[in-house]
Amino acid sequence: MMTKQILSPLPGTFYRRPSPDQPNFKEVGDTVAVGDVIGLIEVMKSFNEVQADQAGTLTAFVADDEEPVMAGQPLAELG
Amino acid sequence: MAITKLLVANRGEIAVRIIRAARELGLKTVQVHSSADAESLAVRMADEAVLIGPPMASKSYLNIANILKAAADTGADAVHPGYGFLAENADFADAVQAASLCWIGPKGDAIRQMGDKVAARMAAQAAGVPVVPGSDGRIDDPDLARSVAQEIGFPVMIKAAAGGGGRGIRIAHDIEELDRLLPQASAEAKSAFGDGGLYLEKVIERARHIEVQILGDGTRAIHLFERECSLQRRRQKVWEEAPSALLPQAMREKLCASAVALAEAVGYRGAGTLEYLYDDTTGHFYFIEMNTRIQVEHPVTEMITGIDLVRAMIRVCAGEALPFRQQDIRLSGHSIEVRICAEDPAKNFQPGPGTVTDLIVPGGGGVRFDTMLYPGYQVPPFYDSLLGKLIVWDENRAAAITRMARALQELQVGGLPTTKPLHQLLARDPDVQAGNFHTRWLEPWLEQNAHRLGTQENDA
Repeated sequence: MMTKQILSPLPGTFYRRPSPDQPNFKEVGDTVAVGDVIGLIEVMKSFNEVQADQAGTLTAFVADDEEPVMAGQPLAELG
Repeated sequence: MAITKLLVANRGEIAVRIIRAARELGLKTVQVHSSADAESLAVRMADEAVLIGPPMASKSYLNIANILKAAADTGADAVHPGYGFLAENADFADAVQAASLCWIGPKGDAIRQMGDKVAARMAAQAAGVPVVPGSDGRIDDPDLARSVAQEIGFPVMIKAAAGGGGRGIRIAHDIEELDRLLPQASAEAKSAFGDGGLYLEKVIERARHIEVQILGDGTRAIHLFERECSLQRRRQKVWEEAPSALLPQAMREKLCASAVALAEAVGYRGAGTLEYLYDDTTGHFYFIEMNTRIQVEHPVTEMITGIDLVRAMIRVCAGEALPFRQQDIRLSGHSIEVRICAEDPAKNFQPGPGTVTDLIVPGGGGVRFDTMLYPGYQVPPFYDSLLGKLIVWDENRAAAITRMARALQELQVGGLPTTKPLHQLLARDPDVQAGNFHTRWLEPWLEQNAHRLGTQENDA
């Protein structure tokens, strides 16, 4: 079976947490439903939610917290 | 001058602006930059460039140790912080001076005093500058908060002493709401700013935002008249003018004199701005805060006075006495600046970074475009969306608005959404033309005009 990926919809900075003093949206091993928020992309000081467009179990984060990403770059993989 | 090599601790259009001023003063320049800004115009223009970290600002433009190391490695002897980033960070100002470098700004203690909103309010009152009615200082006792609120009248704003930029503000409409919000506000201020101190201010419902530009050498200060920045969205300025559209001359003189008194009272050095709310129905003005740096909208002041503010602030901070007397500063004509941002006004101002495919910069008499754009430049997604500032000057306000509309029509930025269509609509609006606005005018106007914000009026 092909690995399912969640791609960044925008270029910017990827965050796994809603704010620095809160826990991550999702951890590896969590179940993800379509529409679940897995992270944020900050573009020019505006924050955009990254929602899963597929369902599955989160097997890995390909991008790190606070990492600069390009539009279309994989952020996470689902099994 | 006592300095020879200036390090620019900022990016974007203001870095370009500072390099220009430095070059005219015969200074060498060092541009520090993140890895995302290696191809920026400021990096290309500066005599030297030093990489100080990855794209994220906290690891590059806010990284004090790396900036100071870049200064040491290049032999820079002065640091200009621009606006934003570390410009109002008193610890950075102190660290620069402790490293025996010249800091192009006021002393750390002046930044601290004016950065603490309660201390700034008290300094203003001591200098005879009217402030928004509110508590005399920090307010820790809920009983005192209740009696102050009743005395000044609801609604009241609960503000964080250490806050700023519109953050940490709550509005209470009655005693019950005040009781409920006080503990929340204190807890939030403690976690956001490390200081739970609060104060109260009356809500001024309908006011114009008017600010006075000052310049000081640590002993003497002068004003360079006022700017008006009443057109705001989410507390961010979008269209700025000098002088104010509707301030009476007698009021102008009072406001400017009060700003000079406060600047001299705190021994201010460099360029600074005192911000006021002006109620044009009662004729009252109230000091709200001081910005201890050069501001985004400084060019409109340069256009009506002929004074280069960035050059002047470098000279006074390098130790020269103020090169102007008050009577040397003359107000001539009218100037307007609009902020051209990489945002789509038709899509709720969604930011749109990308590559500039082509660029046509407006020209002709009385037109200036301060920008870091060039054809092929890739606008990074990591910083704010300001692409440039279109500034015009003309003999009077009506002519300046006409000239702004003409310049906007010439401006072409290909490859990105911009806020140009917003400014084209504003320039044609009867209320804008009449100067009939206040700080809460633009947001409802945007809702009413949302359907008209999508089209660029490029055709003659």
